[in-house]
Amino acid sequence: MKISQEDVLRVAELAYLDLSEAELETYRAQIDEILEYIGKLNELDTSKVEPMAQVLAETQAADATLREDLVVPCAVADEVLQHAPDPEPPYFRVPKVIER
Amino acid sequence: MNTISEVKSAIAAKKASAREIAADYYKRIAGKNGELNAYLTLCEERAYRQADRVDAMVAAGKPLPALAGVPIAVKDVISTRGVRTTCSSKILSNYVPPYDATAVCRLEAAGAVVLGKTNCDEFAMGSSNENSAYGPVQNPAAPGCVPGGSSGGSAAVVAADLAVASLGTDTGGSIRQPGSFCGIPAMMGSYGRVSRYGLIAFASSLDRIGPFAHSVSDVATILKTMAGRDPNDSTSTTAPVEDYNASLDKSVKGLRVGIPKEYFGEGMDTGVREKIAAGIELLRKLGCDVRDIQLPHTDYAIATYYIIATAEASSNLARYDGVRFGPRVDGDSLISMYRKTRGAGFGAEVKRRIVLGTYVLSAGYYDAYYLKGQKVRALIAQDFKNAFAQVDVIAAPTSPVPPFKLGERVNDPLQMYLADIYTVTTSLAGLPGLSVPCGQIGGKLPVGLQIIGPAFGEAKVLQLGHAFEQAGGAAL
Repeated sequence: MKISQEDVLRVAELAYLDLSEAELETYRAQIDEILEYIGKLNELDTSKVEPMAQVLAETQAADATLREDLVVPCAVADEVLQHAPDPEPPYFRVPKVIER
Repeated sequence: MNTISEVKSAIAAKKASAREIAADYYKRIAGKNGELNAYLTLCEERAYRQADRVDAMVAAGKPLPALAGVPIAVKDVISTRGVRTTCSSKILSNYVPPYDATAVCRLEAAGAVVLGKTNCDEFAMGSSNENSAYGPVQNPAAPGCVPGGSSGGSAAVVAADLAVASLGTDTGGSIRQPGSFCGIPAMMGSYGRVSRYGLIAFASSLDRIGPFAHSVSDVATILKTMAGRDPNDSTSTTAPVEDYNASLDKSVKGLRVGIPKEYFGEGMDTGVREKIAAGIELLRKLGCDVRDIQLPHTDYAIATYYIIATAEASSNLARYDGVRFGPRVDGDSLISMYRKTRGAGFGAEVKRRIVLGTYVLSAGYYDAYYLKGQKVRALIAQDFKNAFAQVDVIAAPTSPVPPFKLGERVNDPLQMYLADIYTVTTSLAGLPGLSVPCGQIGGKLPVGLQIIGPAFGEAKVLQLGHAFEQAGGAAL
């Protein structure tokens, strides 16, 4: 077994994801099977391989240099807040973060 | 009237107005969409406003742009200002973007009329469109079967004549495979060819926007219109955009076409095998120099893909937290609100991928999984570089299986993942891929031939796809 229920719980904590008991076991079993399959990558010796961290070759990359840091108008606050779950323009309201 | 040139000439000859054409499509959608479930949201107001603009140009005798009055559909992971964009997820059930994706802007600037937004797998995660929070889509070409995924709705609306063309997105095969399943041409350009600005991210190093249409020529026109550098996407390249349509009719005689033996392994349906063999025979008849090639790391692509795609997804989907958009589930603290909102808002496949992606990135596992995946990704990309030193393009099946029955595979995620074997390789390597119709098994189940090119080799890919189509590939 590659992954335990405790592992899944720990990862769900990291991802801020509530899972039911049933989900926990279903995902554990399915992810275990997937990780077992992924283990086949260990057949390959990659000790001398550079990881491919980006897709475009240097010659194709558009941003060889950084762009200029310009201020541009972006007046979308009203539109953005219109569909927020709990807006208090110009802010998003959230449950209390700091307990006194 | 289902191609760009037919619509354009009807409008130019004043046989029909852009408004009449849009209205005609909406009438057909009203008749068929209840059964297909391919459109999630229609945007009549926006469509008629745009159609009227085109009609005003006709009335004023102005030259008409490339897509004047052409009705299109847009996958619901691509942002449209003022038009609900759900990603087929409950967590964005009421989200209305405040801006348009660059791809959509460019098509509208060329005169296209956006009819509505199409169903897909939730956050584009899936291969059958059965992971949508808004129900599955029927395959119009093969009733009772899935349309493929994740861009199943976009493929279905074109196949059912409910749009002239549509936009999908492809992360591991999500344009090419539904194109194959619904029997229409569908293409993903090179990574960096089309701006991803406004595409709601699943896996940023893999995601690409691309077209479905009734002909390879229309696919070329839509791709060309969207392509090119966009300052809002730093991964869009400045590489010049070729006029793909101009080279479509060039002869393919002598074109070196590689056939990778690894793409004909076990697990391949015998019906698909026969059709692809007939397709390769047709390429020979067209005068192509067909050669065997090797892509030795193909067998490792699925494992690599599901590490990289889920890792990126777990990071990208962190933004759905109930603060800025979508419904919120209240909790007694900020963290509990996040957890409940995400637990209730995401569907099963998305949760599974977030857990897997978080796991492969977590302390103690990063090197064993994520870093290993990136290294094998480099080996897969190198396989293609070696192959393209010997051939101009590669031809292979798009999917090892034909369209399958709705519900047949939903309970086994790994089996569903394995069917992406012939498309994830190209996604990982950043290369362009076109799926073009290659006959139907028993006259019923469509098969697609995939044509793969080197980075920014779209013109040759489309040229061969067009020749194949003109030579009767769809009727094999």
